[in-house]
Amino acid sequence: MSRRAGLWWSIALIALALAAPFLFYPVFVMRALCLALFACAFDLLLGYVGLLSFGHAAFYGGAAYVTAHCVKVWGFPPELGIVAGAAAAALLGSVFGWLAIRRQGIYFAMITLALAQMVAFFALQAPFTGGEDGIQAVPRGRLLGLIDLNHPLAMYYFVLAMFVVGFAIVRRAVNSPFGQVITAIRENEPRAVSLGYRAERYKLLAFVLSAALAGLAGATKCLVLQFAALSDVDWTTSGEVVLMTLVGGVGTPLGPVVGAFVIVTMENYLAQAGSWVTVIEGLIFIVCVLTFRRGIVGVIAPCLTGRAAAPPAPEPSPP
Amino acid sequence: MNGRFAAVLPAALLAAALLVAGGAGAQSPDAVRIGVLADMSSLYADLGGPGSTVAVQMAVDDFGGSVLGKKIEVVSADHQNKPDVASSIARQWFDEKGVQMITDLTTSSVALAVQEVARADNKVILVNGAASSDLTGKACAPTSVHWTYDTVSLANGTGAAVVKAGGDSWFFITADYAFGHALERDTTAVVEANGGKVLGAVNVPLNTADFSSFLLQAQQSKAKIIGLANAGGDAINSIKQAAEFGIVAGGQKLAGLLVFVSDVHSLGLQTAQGLQLTEAFYWDQDDKTRAWSKRFFDKTHKEPTMVQAGNYSATMHYLEAVKAAGSLDSAAVIKELKSKPIDDFIIRNGHIHDDGSLVHDMYLYEVKKPTESTAEWDLYKLIATIPGDQAFKRPRGNECPAVKG
Repeated sequence: MSRRAGLWWSIALIALALAAPFLFYPVFVMRALCLALFACAFDLLLGYVGLLSFGHAAFYGGAAYVTAHCVKVWGFPPELGIVAGAAAAALLGSVFGWLAIRRQGIYFAMITLALAQMVAFFALQAPFTGGEDGIQAVPRGRLLGLIDLNHPLAMYYFVLAMFVVGFAIVRRAVNSPFGQVITAIRENEPRAVSLGYRAERYKLLAFVLSAALAGLAGATKCLVLQFAALSDVDWTTSGEVVLMTLVGGVGTPLGPVVGAFVIVTMENYLAQAGSWVTVIEGLIFIVCVLTFRRGIVGVIAPCLTGRAAAPPAPEPSPP
Repeated sequence: MNGRFAAVLPAALLAAALLVAGGAGAQSPDAVRIGVLADMSSLYADLGGPGSTVAVQMAVDDFGGSVLGKKIEVVSADHQNKPDVASSIARQWFDEKGVQMITDLTTSSVALAVQEVARADNKVILVNGAASSDLTGKACAPTSVHWTYDTVSLANGTGAAVVKAGGDSWFFITADYAFGHALERDTTAVVEANGGKVLGAVNVPLNTADFSSFLLQAQQSKAKIIGLANAGGDAINSIKQAAEFGIVAGGQKLAGLLVFVSDVHSLGLQTAQGLQLTEAFYWDQDDKTRAWSKRFFDKTHKEPTMVQAGNYSATMHYLEAVKAAGSLDSAAVIKELKSKPIDDFIIRNGHIHDDGSLVHDMYLYEVKKPTESTAEWDLYKLIATIPGDQAFKRPRGNECPAVKG
């Protein structure tokens, strides 16, 4: 029964994803999809390894800058530009991770924040990033030399494909022996080590994977909006992804996606309602944390699919 | 839950999505929409923000509320000073909501991002809030006009006047983003062209609360003039803290390169007295500005800034150009705008250059001493009127491809 309900939900969501550009404004959905992928990448680290990174904007924004520069200045085709962006984020992630995973909790968060601030400062001062102006007017180009991405529908399905690939990688990683090991490390690191697992290596690998996927999201976003700007690497973006993940539901498959759509919708539609965006965002965050700590999906999904309430998701380790 | 109903909820979700999407598109098709994209909640909200929407609405009402037989609607949004939010709202307005023209556009990075969207969509933007002269320089676009002021005119106004009055050595406190750098660059050129020299500069992050270390650097530079290449809340904080540090009492002078009447009002005359600054508009210029400002004051309980007044002027001229051209086509409207002089009670002796800059008279003001002021908003005295061709003359020429040839 519950499996059947889950199947219907999957069909509805896939239908919605395919029909979305006809129902909603495509650029808005594309931006939300990019941020949803970003939140999924972040949740891989927070929900399954229990590490709260406060510097993920460095990978998201860093990749956006690399892609923008490759595509605009060096004339890369879009697919290579995205690969370059994600690769740069993975490289950056391996350096950050190598330094940061030695600590946990608040120290881990502060190290990642400090490193990300260095990236933000670099983006502000380096000559090729254009300072506060960012890199503007990035061409979308032709995918594989064939498909013109300037067409909104082509761009939308390309972004959707990027999202599905990233989402699938996260799910595959979580539901694999590797995923079991990182969950074990989250639950009890000394015990995992005593069982013979090299915890540091697993954590580093998860960190790099998370960084690369965040980079994939940032690189795709850069092609959607056609610019890379300072706000992408700003610490507020790191904060926003934490917000999205917590509101949606930490450690749930669809939680980060739902959270991202909720936050982006608020940002976009409340903007036209006046000066209340940040206040309302804050209130929603407080309500979520106080009343349903497992996030929107963590609380609602069991009811909707007819499943008995899932075992309570573990509390994220206190930062 | 019963298995038979397992499909009902997902189907309901789809149906709801369809309904929401259908409802969102249901706007009256034949209206002319004008978008006010401004900082409604943060550091520039006071100088533009909700007041800009009021000013644009006033222009629409004064115009009669309709053009070419269509109703005129004003839409507004808060870009939160984020270029990505601004860019996606602008795209949506142009593509979906039928917005024909966007105005205000505070913050240079936002204006530059929206200008790229407008260029791609071939729509009109009239920039009033942002200052960077790059908007009509290397980034210039055929369907945008930089209306009220830019960094060049501010530099020519304050920079030249202060050097001529003996302030020949400068130190800059610069907001570390596009606008601040452009202002510092343009003012440096003016100062040097007038025989002054620049001893140094320090870059300060946007929205800084504590200026003490930067002010100490400025003090140690021994420059006669400390140029504040920042705006809004940053300008207020730096002027306030400079007064606390006794910088003015110690013999150095402050030159506000972009200070708005709203800033001076919130600083108070005691703190701001003697500050020299350049504006395009001051409410107390003559009977016409006083009459209009009174109407604005009745709605907002504040006197208008030059950005808000500029939004009124830009909207009015845009609507007149639409009427004269008999079309909403961007190229035709811009051609019409450029063909006539721009001269009203806000913008005087103006005309629009091919690069998109609106060249018009600017004014150098000095903030009154508390003893000279007779009313709450009686803040400025006029020092000089700077004719447009002097105020908007670029000391280093223009990089805009449209005028470079």
